[in-house]
Amino acid sequence: MNDTFQLDGEDIPFAPGQTIMQAATAHGVYIPHLCWHPDFSAHGSCKLCTVKVNGRFGSSCITQAQPGLEVENRSMELDEKRRTLLQMLFVEGNHFCPSCEKSGNCRLQATAYELNMMSPHFDMFYPNRPVDASHPDVLLDFNRCIMCSLCVAASRDADGKNVFYMGGRGLLGRRVHISSESGHLGDTDFAVTDRAASICPVGVILPKRKGFAVPIGQRKYDLAPISEHVAEDAS
Amino acid sequence: MSDTDTIDAVLDRHHRNGTRLMQILRETQEQLGWLSPATLTIIAKAVAWPRAMVEGTADFYSFFHTRPLGRYRVLWSDNITDRMLGNTDLMESMCKKLWLEPGRVSEDGLVSVDTTSCTGMCDQGPAVLVNYRPITRMTPARVGEMVGLIRSETPVAKWPVEWFAVDDNIRRKDILLDHGLVAGQALAAALELGAEKMLAEIKAARLRGRGGAGFGTGLKWEACRNAEGHGAHPAHYVVCNADEGEPGTFKDRVLLTSYADLVFEGMSIAGLVVGAKKGLLYLRGEYHYLLDPLESALATRRQAGLLGANILGTSFEFDIEIHLGAGAYICGEESALIESLEGKPGRPRIRPPFPVTHGYLDQPTTVNNVETLAASCLIAAHGSEWYARHGTEKSTGSKLLSVSGDCERPGIYEYPYGVTVRQVLEDCGAGFGKCDCQAVQISGPSGLCLTAAEFDRRIAFEDIPTAGAFMVFDESRDMFEVARNFAHFFAHESCGFCTPCRVGTTLVRNLMDKIANRHGSPYDIDELFKLHRLMQGASHCGLGNSACNPIFDTLNKFRPAYERRLMSLDYEPAFDLDAALSQARQMTGRDDAAAHFSAHLPNEAEA
Repeated sequence: MNDTFQLDGEDIPFAPGQTIMQAATAHGVYIPHLCWHPDFSAHGSCKLCTVKVNGRFGSSCITQAQPGLEVENRSMELDEKRRTLLQMLFVEGNHFCPSCEKSGNCRLQATAYELNMMSPHFDMFYPNRPVDASHPDVLLDFNRCIMCSLCVAASRDADGKNVFYMGGRGLLGRRVHISSESGHLGDTDFAVTDRAASICPVGVILPKRKGFAVPIGQRKYDLAPISEHVAEDAS
Repeated sequence: MSDTDTIDAVLDRHHRNGTRLMQILRETQEQLGWLSPATLTIIAKAVAWPRAMVEGTADFYSFFHTRPLGRYRVLWSDNITDRMLGNTDLMESMCKKLWLEPGRVSEDGLVSVDTTSCTGMCDQGPAVLVNYRPITRMTPARVGEMVGLIRSETPVAKWPVEWFAVDDNIRRKDILLDHGLVAGQALAAALELGAEKMLAEIKAARLRGRGGAGFGTGLKWEACRNAEGHGAHPAHYVVCNADEGEPGTFKDRVLLTSYADLVFEGMSIAGLVVGAKKGLLYLRGEYHYLLDPLESALATRRQAGLLGANILGTSFEFDIEIHLGAGAYICGEESALIESLEGKPGRPRIRPPFPVTHGYLDQPTTVNNVETLAASCLIAAHGSEWYARHGTEKSTGSKLLSVSGDCERPGIYEYPYGVTVRQVLEDCGAGFGKCDCQAVQISGPSGLCLTAAEFDRRIAFEDIPTAGAFMVFDESRDMFEVARNFAHFFAHESCGFCTPCRVGTTLVRNLMDKIANRHGSPYDIDELFKLHRLMQGASHCGLGNSACNPIFDTLNKFRPAYERRLMSLDYEPAFDLDAALSQARQMTGRDDAAAHFSAHLPNEAEA
């Protein structure tokens, strides 16, 4: 680990093959992200981790670290773009934080706080998205889906089940498909113990019969902002 | 034959191979009308893919239906050139005659009418696809007759033959269209040279990709040739990108109609150079009608010893397969095209690695434009020195332009690179004194919008690179409406993978509609610029990066077209009370003045 690159002026060491995101995370530096997870291959779709690499925009989760790179991360310009991306994610779904079981543990909400997003800014789309309560132990509320594909990766790579798949096209078409003819989770071999059951960064995949066990206000990101939780991703 | 037998026959034909999923879905749908949940389950089991993956593909492409859409499906090509030829009124009258709303299926399940992205018939529009067969030159009379044929349930195969005529409209020939080669001549020359010398010739000719980006063809072939195949089935592949989806482009259609041998021969030369035994031609779904003639052209070449084993008596082995797309502009992007070839949704891959090292089935693959491959034949037959004498220093050879819009002679024009825009306008009958040309959109919506002051610029990689679209707009055209048409196109065609493009293209479309409905303010124009800046840097691929180009260009060059629509306020609330009442009006069947919010009377709303 002799090679380094510069991230907002700080020297970041990296191992060969590491991406900018992996190296920064290992070094305890937070780059905002939603679709990236250290246990799975990078998806590169949310674009929250967009940085400037030697003056050019790029996603830090899919850009290889190179010696001597100059990377800009938490600049006004980039955080402004990230706020707009967050606003896009908020208006394309139906996000009502006060009534959501995930509030306080939600990465979308926590990232919006981190980036000082004060309003959704754009007109809400209010899409008509179904709720799937067919599974005995798990509820799916697609109103909150941000198309990160982490459930797809976890079910495929960790559980070996392929319960989920991202299909469809465009703003209204893109959605998570469920591997059963009825399209219901209850008709698949999905289990609450699957890795995919606990991977969702927002409140789509929730265990049933468990609500508000920890009061809102005392949850993970209520206690410390998401940028102070980098160590969890590094471990 | 039961549905299950029908599906089984299709599956057998494709050896139950998941990478053939696009073809399996299309052929199944052609026979069963749509792809029901049960059908998808059978197919998923047969190809041993997770069912959600099969459904994900079926759900991605515009031409696959996971719900019934009628025994007659009429799709109106909705490029701006179709609009200029009156497609909106024609479609409306068709819907009225059929008592139908656009996008809805008639209650008896007989027919649905909708719009689709440019079908590549811009020189002979307005065009429609009926059950995915193209019909050109629609007129009010044809609409009337067509409605009669649909009502009487006359099979499309029995409709008047002349409706399906697609003309080449070749207006100017140069070295490519006047090639004078016989089938096999260029390939024989290439075989004589051998792979290495042929590659050197391509490099010396400085041939560049005709898809618009202009990457050096020799470099691409060399990188592919040098990359090693890997895994259990190492191989190299040649892919011909015939997913000609950029609105306003139709030159590949003409090459595949009347110069197919040249294209196949170019693919074979590429195969020789990169060391591939297999070539795949990805034909856009809109050109389904070319599939049979192309297949028979392949058969003829096989009989002539120009495809298959021991080509022209040498040890060279190469064959070509045709894959049909299903209505997705994004598949013109080379890595999305490869995903589609593998049976998946057309989502651009993360690069690197690039297709030249990890392409089709993860093997080294060269993806080239139809025209590039055809041009390689000229280099094989006549040599690099001869070829490089044509065109300019950095853009050798010639370029096919697809000219449409306000001109006397729309069609295909071939010029040596370096021709001025003004010269093209003169030749196509849009020059000065003929029609007052206001603007030219070059290389489609993602390209460049030129005003009269820029008509001395040149078509060449060093000035204006282009895939070939050349749409002409006279003084009567409203450049705001041109840009709004393009905004709708991108919102429809965004694959939805990355946030900025998925949401951004729709936000841009909505802002353009807001301005069109006279609810815009200077604030909305600032919003358009802001979205342009975000999407241009942060999007995953070229679609999102260039989706705001037409807005940006027209805002800079035709600002008054926007400003005359703005309210004279600094800020206008997005909520429109009158529009909110529209549903109530529809339900009560009222449209009188009292049913409108006082500030918006019906005739004003239409203005």
